[in-house]
Amino acid sequence: MDLSTLQHSPLESRHLAAGGKLVPFSGWALPVQYDGILAEHQAVRSACGVFDISHMGQLLVQAPERVDAAVWLNRVLSNDVSRLEPGQGQYTLLLNDEAGIIDDLIVYRREENAFLLIVNAARRKEDLDWLTRHAPPGMALVDRGMDHGAIAVQGPEARRVFSSMMPSGAFLPPRFGLAEFGEITVCRTGYTGEDGFELCAPAETLGDWWDKAVTAGAKPCGLGARDLLRLEKCYPLNGNDLSPQTTPLEAGLGFAVAWEKEEFLGNEALRQQRRQGPGRKLVALKVIGKTPPPRPEVPVFTTDQGGEPVGRLTSGGFSPGLKAGIALGFVPAGLHHPGTRLWIEIRANRYPAEVVPKPFV
Amino acid sequence: MNVPADLKYAPSHEWARLEGEIVTVGLSDHAQAELTDVVFLELPKLGRQVTAGENVAVIESVKSASEIYAPVPGEIVEINEPLAEDPGGVNSDPYGAGWLFRIRIASGTGLDHLLTPEQYRAVIS
Repeated sequence: MDLSTLQHSPLESRHLAAGGKLVPFSGWALPVQYDGILAEHQAVRSACGVFDISHMGQLLVQAPERVDAAVWLNRVLSNDVSRLEPGQGQYTLLLNDEAGIIDDLIVYRREENAFLLIVNAARRKEDLDWLTRHAPPGMALVDRGMDHGAIAVQGPEARRVFSSMMPSGAFLPPRFGLAEFGEITVCRTGYTGEDGFELCAPAETLGDWWDKAVTAGAKPCGLGARDLLRLEKCYPLNGNDLSPQTTPLEAGLGFAVAWEKEEFLGNEALRQQRRQGPGRKLVALKVIGKTPPPRPEVPVFTTDQGGEPVGRLTSGGFSPGLKAGIALGFVPAGLHHPGTRLWIEIRANRYPAEVVPKPFV
Repeated sequence: MNVPADLKYAPSHEWARLEGEIVTVGLSDHAQAELTDVVFLELPKLGRQVTAGENVAVIESVKSASEIYAPVPGEIVEINEPLAEDPGGVNSDPYGAGWLFRIRIASGTGLDHLLTPEQYRAVIS
């Protein structure tokens, strides 16, 4: 496999030394696993794991004096940043004019007029271009992710790991909170559904923080475990479940839209869709019985034979927690209610599946 | 990687053990490690006549699906039913409990066309 054209994490030598298998992901060479996806999944659900998330973009928004960054961000993001005090963050969406999702991200208010956006690796350039195009004069937008990296420490023991790896005086911010200690930023978020935090640091010191987390008991975990963990919690993956052709209402992300705001990019198209109701919805599907793991692109049917597909899976895998195949996929509105029986087709065999409430676990 | 000296190998990573006229087939240690955790097996039907190199089974790991090829021609005479129920044996014991199926080898054929352990080591190194 040719990894030479990819970007490299500051932690790459550590991944290789720990037996990590590097794969291309969103233009980066990152470990898909170390000693096993299931063992890594188990570590995060029952103890603690650490992930390299250096591929994620870290966009700093610094407004000039007399320009209110919150007012501007409220025009380009779907959620309401005016609800944030310094040190708080929220899940939000960057929408195009048709209300399609350019990216889903977390925005943190660092100071009254300074923000940090943690964005998806595959979208960092589109995000920066889109934001720059819609920015008022003088607004400084910098992707510091090029000389910074980040790790995510996740699991029920993340709090203990934090205490043992951080100097005294450092504190873990509350859920969705941010705290800055010198050159590092700690955010109480993650992509696994477990308690935990993400730590951003300059590339040259990130390895020390990784080593401290591992020494404190966090198991190195790769992209494979991360994908299963997020899928069990029904967190959408940009590029799979979300795209510029998908709206927040179709994706079930209406909670990240501040409808009371007068105006934001994409709001006209979105409000119109809200009045009419979206024609399709992203549902959670649990496959019944012993079946091959469902995977993206697998077609969805309403009958056990014949007919045309009514939708396709956008994410899928085998849930170790449920011991069953689980998936996310789009189906026409009306077929999205929990309890609806559908079929998926893998290698010309149909397998029954049921729409279930989100999340799976 | 473990490459037992008493087995023959296909370039597509199956191993084969000949006892009398029965060939037991499984997946090599190298292949199971590349696949990662196996969660589903689709094994051939008993009595099926297969040719060498024919796609006869599918192994699904948490990561991806992989096809398994018959290393020799003959008839499928046994499949590892307990393994289909709990496919983790492909990873934990690839040359023992992780065997996949048995073929009664067509008369006049053997394992001569398969790779020796040394040749297989060269393939995977």
